[in-house]
Amino acid sequence: MAEADGVRRRDFINIAAVSAAGVAGVGIVVPLVSQMSASADVLAASSTEIDISSIQPGQAIKAIFRKQPVFVRNLTPHEISEANKVDVSSLRDPQTLEERTKEGKENWLITMGVCTHLGCVPLGAGEGEAKGEFGGYFCPCHGSSYDTAARIRKGPAPKNLEVPEYAFTTDTVVKIG
Amino acid sequence: MSFPWAKEYTPSHPFMQWMDQRLPLPRLVYNAVGGGYPVPRNLNYFWNFGFLAALCLGLQIVTGIVMAMHYAANTQVAFDTIEQTVRDVNWGWMMRYAHANGASAFFVVIYIHIFRGFFYGSYKAPREMVWLLGVVIFLLMMATAFMGYVLPWGQMSFWGAKVITGLFGAIPFVGEPLQQWLLGGFAPDNAALNRFFSLHYLLPFVIVGVVILHIWALHIPGSSNPTGVEVKSESDTVPFYPYYVAKDGWAIGVFAILFCAALFFFPNALGHPDNYIPANPMSTPAHIVPEWYFWPFYAILRAFTQDFFFIPAKLMGVLAMFGAILVWFFLPWLDRSPVRSGSFRPLYRKFFFFGLIPAMAVLFYCGGAPAEEPYVMLSQIAALYYFAHFLIVIPIVSAIEKPDPLPFSITESVLGHDEGAKLRPAHGATEAVHGDV
Repeated sequence: MAEADGVRRRDFINIAAVSAAGVAGVGIVVPLVSQMSASADVLAASSTEIDISSIQPGQAIKAIFRKQPVFVRNLTPHEISEANKVDVSSLRDPQTLEERTKEGKENWLITMGVCTHLGCVPLGAGEGEAKGEFGGYFCPCHGSSYDTAARIRKGPAPKNLEVPEYAFTTDTVVKIG
Repeated sequence: MSFPWAKEYTPSHPFMQWMDQRLPLPRLVYNAVGGGYPVPRNLNYFWNFGFLAALCLGLQIVTGIVMAMHYAANTQVAFDTIEQTVRDVNWGWMMRYAHANGASAFFVVIYIHIFRGFFYGSYKAPREMVWLLGVVIFLLMMATAFMGYVLPWGQMSFWGAKVITGLFGAIPFVGEPLQQWLLGGFAPDNAALNRFFSLHYLLPFVIVGVVILHIWALHIPGSSNPTGVEVKSESDTVPFYPYYVAKDGWAIGVFAILFCAALFFFPNALGHPDNYIPANPMSTPAHIVPEWYFWPFYAILRAFTQDFFFIPAKLMGVLAMFGAILVWFFLPWLDRSPVRSGSFRPLYRKFFFFGLIPAMAVLFYCGGAPAEEPYVMLSQIAALYYFAHFLIVIPIVSAIEKPDPLPFSITESVLGHDEGAKLRPAHGATEAVHGDV
């Protein structure tokens, strides 16, 4: 590296050393940040199977999926028609009941039991719990009300209750995740 | 830096002289909180709260280290180890409740300290850095207190952790991954409990570091005082030791009486019964509220119930809650009045007592109340005033207000006259101009 090029040997060494230190610094930060993400054992326990044979129309159960509650609800024909009566465009998070259930299984409403506001467990899945003014779920923390399709209708929550990925492995068993 | 008349550290004992030449730590202490730090002679009792805050920090560190000796950060046993500490460990009950109530005491003291700053304009030049570091300390305190409350792994611990980390989920695009990264899982669990414990142990020592910077920055211009008039001569000051050491000692006595009354007679008055139920991820308590010291900010969070153009209500609430504290960072530049003390600012004083204080009181009350009417609407009105106070009222008031005449000096404000002032005509002339502002 000749002085004539306008690049001095010391400048080159300086830039090379600082660059190497910068790369090394990033290399140190990556594992430090990444170690905080969900670990392999947490991710491994991320699917769950539920037997739904004993859930009668109008009933619901709470199951556990990824350490969080999931609601499995057997809708009555009345609840289904209530959900279908709603003008979808008037909703905060517009979705139809069909979009939130599997084809041919419209009575099985499977959602996370996690309020989309700040993560409380809404009431309405257990026997005798308040279902809110729209007959679905009611979050006691900040007053979000969900309808019979678990869509947000009132209160601070921005989204409908999340529908997790799931599939019917048989007519009576659902695999979530 | 200090005033020219500050007494110099002159060790008489040969060992202290030997020490002073090698590691002048005693000199540092003497100049910081000893006879070498001249302090305005007119400080009122509101100036005791900085010292009390340091005392609370010490109390929390000592009792906290004791608690850590008996605690295990594992979701299976965390709740039981706290109960075991209270029931079986010698003096464990006292350590536990001293630590829990110590957090409340710390916040009582710090809120008085902060509002002292608001009223007396302590944030103004040349003490902006003292103020900014103080806000940093407050944010660190809030983070530390929040994580500490999660450790007993009761129902309120668990749901508090879920709701507060849920706030980060409101951030667009990166929210959900960020929340999972913070928790180390999909919901609060062992990973979250362990990292909260680790950080809860670390952050108090970070606070100690920032407190040292806070005091360092304070000692450059020296302490402010209730008149807001800067120190002009030696007659305006007294040495920190013995005068303010003795006065702070008196404050410790009063503080200790009140603290012991809470600790020994009402140890659970500020707690929540639900936190004596072990954490249950499947069931949310009917009424979750944070600890009392978060209520004003929690009320602001919940005040946003409508989407604001394209910003969802949830995100607005989160932004407003953080904004409510971040706005303090800008206070030294929002308040343009050259007069510091609220005692000489009739208009500012009115808005402080009849605006900011009632708004804070309403937010405080609503933050602890259920999320229903009329509390939501009251929170909205109070939150609106809160932001207007800092962003609109203070800039306008500081521009249009005619302040009351200031005393010539601290000495004059105390004695009614300042003999030394006659000997300093040139100095006095410039100050008179300043006083007219």
